[in-house]
Amino acid sequence: MHLSPSIGVWVAVFLTLCVLSFLYKDNPFYKFAEHLVVGVSVGYGMVLWYTQGILPKFITPFFKEGKYIYIVPAILGIMITMQLVRKYAWLARFPMAFLLGASSGIGLPRTMQAGVIKQLEATMVPMGFSRLQYIWNIVIFVGVLSVLIYFFFSKEHKGVFGGIANIGIWYLMIGFGATFGYTVMARLSLFIGRVLFIIQTALGIQVAG
Amino acid sequence: MDFWKRLLNIDRRIIYLVIAITVIVPFFLPTGWPINVTYEVKNIYDYIENLGPEGVVLLSADYDASTLAELQPMFDACLRHCFARDVKVIVMSLFPQGVGLAEISLKRIAKEYNKVNGVDYCFLGYKPGGSIIIMGMGSNIRIPFPSDYYGTPLKDIPMMKDINNFSDIDLVISFSGTGIVASWLYYAHEPYNQDIAWGVTAVMASDYYPFLQSHQIVGLIGGMKGAAEYETLISKPSLATSGMDAQSWAHIMIIVFIIIGNIGYLAMRKKERRM
Repeated sequence: MHLSPSIGVWVAVFLTLCVLSFLYKDNPFYKFAEHLVVGVSVGYGMVLWYTQGILPKFITPFFKEGKYIYIVPAILGIMITMQLVRKYAWLARFPMAFLLGASSGIGLPRTMQAGVIKQLEATMVPMGFSRLQYIWNIVIFVGVLSVLIYFFFSKEHKGVFGGIANIGIWYLMIGFGATFGYTVMARLSLFIGRVLFIIQTALGIQVAG
Repeated sequence: MDFWKRLLNIDRRIIYLVIAITVIVPFFLPTGWPINVTYEVKNIYDYIENLGPEGVVLLSADYDASTLAELQPMFDACLRHCFARDVKVIVMSLFPQGVGLAEISLKRIAKEYNKVNGVDYCFLGYKPGGSIIIMGMGSNIRIPFPSDYYGTPLKDIPMMKDINNFSDIDLVISFSGTGIVASWLYYAHEPYNQDIAWGVTAVMASDYYPFLQSHQIVGLIGGMKGAAEYETLISKPSLATSGMDAQSWAHIMIIVFIIIGNIGYLAMRKKERRM
């Protein structure tokens, strides 16, 4: 056992315990840690936003390199902040409209292609019983079809249609179960990470790995 | 109050305490259960393994402190693998907090492998903009990143001399606990055919398996388990491997809780029907 000499490590240990104390009940220590993380994150983010964004992408090119065209996005950026002033809030609509239009124009085709078309292609695969992969392909095909039918609400879920929709429910339930299992794993990992930090970094106890 | 009713109304703090004990004890009494490597993690390993010294991998640390426990071990493992294979590494972040976390890992691991900044790796740092940055990199990395994190212009960095856009990068791995990983798919893989892989938190992993099945991504590292698998593959057990025993025991305990809870629920229902 070799206790860490770093003050930063012990501050982190204290804040970890403050946050975990919420599991017992809400208390001022938890509130303190919660507010601190929000404040520090915003402050840290703003410094980086300026040093890594505004400075190299506007101030340096505009004032030092003479790239005066950069004034256009800068003005649009300032117009967005006008939302904070009620009298001039309408000015924010112009850059917002530009942003929404440009983002949709750029994003929609790519999202459709990668998120829908390619996913549909992946269901058009060889099926059969001669190979294990072909059997899995049947499972995928039936899953996609039955879940889509479950979400088709223009026809009453009765008869064959209702039966297929029921299969869809089973697929969804299995999907939710898998997601829940992964969620449990994720939350435990975060706790394990903190425990490891306290044991290894702060207390200096080397655990098997 | 009968046994089952009392059990179903148990104070949640007792459950937290049991889970905490279950997590802490295995660190001191390890069981050493084997870590089985899944194909989605092995795919990424194989990809980097087949790259030579001319290979270039971009690691994007798109995470913050809240997902550190899951994502930092996989970031470290991939970085170690790249350095061990003498593959050139570009590190960047689309998250403000990611840049600080990535820098700590990068400096520590570069020292382990005697790698030099600007020659073996380049740290681009953080730029706000998300998908806009990715799109810009597709045209020319120097548009969003005229200089590295330390202010050195990319033209003066030896490693970056021949790296202009995605066509000069073999693989992009984005580590994130948010949907930003999908932006790499939409704006790097889709328009530029860039090979990409993801390191995601366990919560997200199940949502992203369809992209693996459709071969849109090379591989997927999911949560601490995925990180432990990668550590096993490179024979460098570290934080994730240390946590796997605790994870397994905690899962067993939760399964026991679920079974007991369901038995209690059924017993209560049966009793209510009788009444």
